[in-house]
Amino acid sequence: MTLLTAVFAAVSSTVLWYFKDSKNQIKLGTLSLMYWGAALMWTADAVFAYAELGMEYFTPAPGEMLNDFFLGLSVTALGLIIWLALLLFHDPKGVVRQALHKDGSS
Amino acid sequence: MACFVVPAAEAVVTTVVHKVVTAKEKKESAAPGSLNMETAESKKIPFSHKLKWLNNMLWGGSALLAFEHLWHGEVTPWFPFLSAANSAGETAQMLHEMSTVGVTMAVLVTGVWGIMAVVSNVIEKRSQQETEQGELS
Repeated sequence: MTLLTAVFAAVSSTVLWYFKDSKNQIKLGTLSLMYWGAALMWTADAVFAYAELGMEYFTPAPGEMLNDFFLGLSVTALGLIIWLALLLFHDPKGVVRQALHKDGSS
Repeated sequence: MACFVVPAAEAVVTTVVHKVVTAKEKKESAAPGSLNMETAESKKIPFSHKLKWLNNMLWGGSALLAFEHLWHGEVTPWFPFLSAANSAGETAQMLHEMSTVGVTMAVLVTGVWGIMAVVSNVIEKRSQQETEQGELS
């Protein structure tokens, strides 16, 4: 479930990057690469889990599935927070700098 | 248990390589005679930029996986930071997992990045050929 959530986050951010931010001005490309990295790593983890558990891997207990989904959503939120921090730090449109300058001058 | 440590270690290495490559590229572009090369090279994505893709995948993936390990109580905020480091048996299991799952993660991410770099090279060459053909006709 965590892997699936990461894949959906990666696909959505890549589509958004393609249509809205192909020049990576607001760092959507970075966000999608972060999610793809995590999705690939969980894929490797899933392959090993499948080798160990067999078909049982595809029939998790409902409680376990819910916990994994909750984890997936939390991971997606963490990715968004990292992306937001990067965006505000790089400040490609100069909004933060302008706001700080205004605060300093007033 | 601590499989994300392997791609994180690779990320440290690729970040250093990225810094070195960026400095080298800057030096080369500032060298005399590089202006003539600029027109042909300007359409090419610099290797340092491609390395940044790998850095983003490795750092991002490792950070998100570290959070997962924190969630499962496998990473702790106090020394020795990894719960598996408390007993010899668990440490051996952790090292085994790092050498199998961790290495596979790092190899998979690097492999996908390699494919991305090759595909982008092909696209660059194709667009360069189209531009040259357009100039001739």
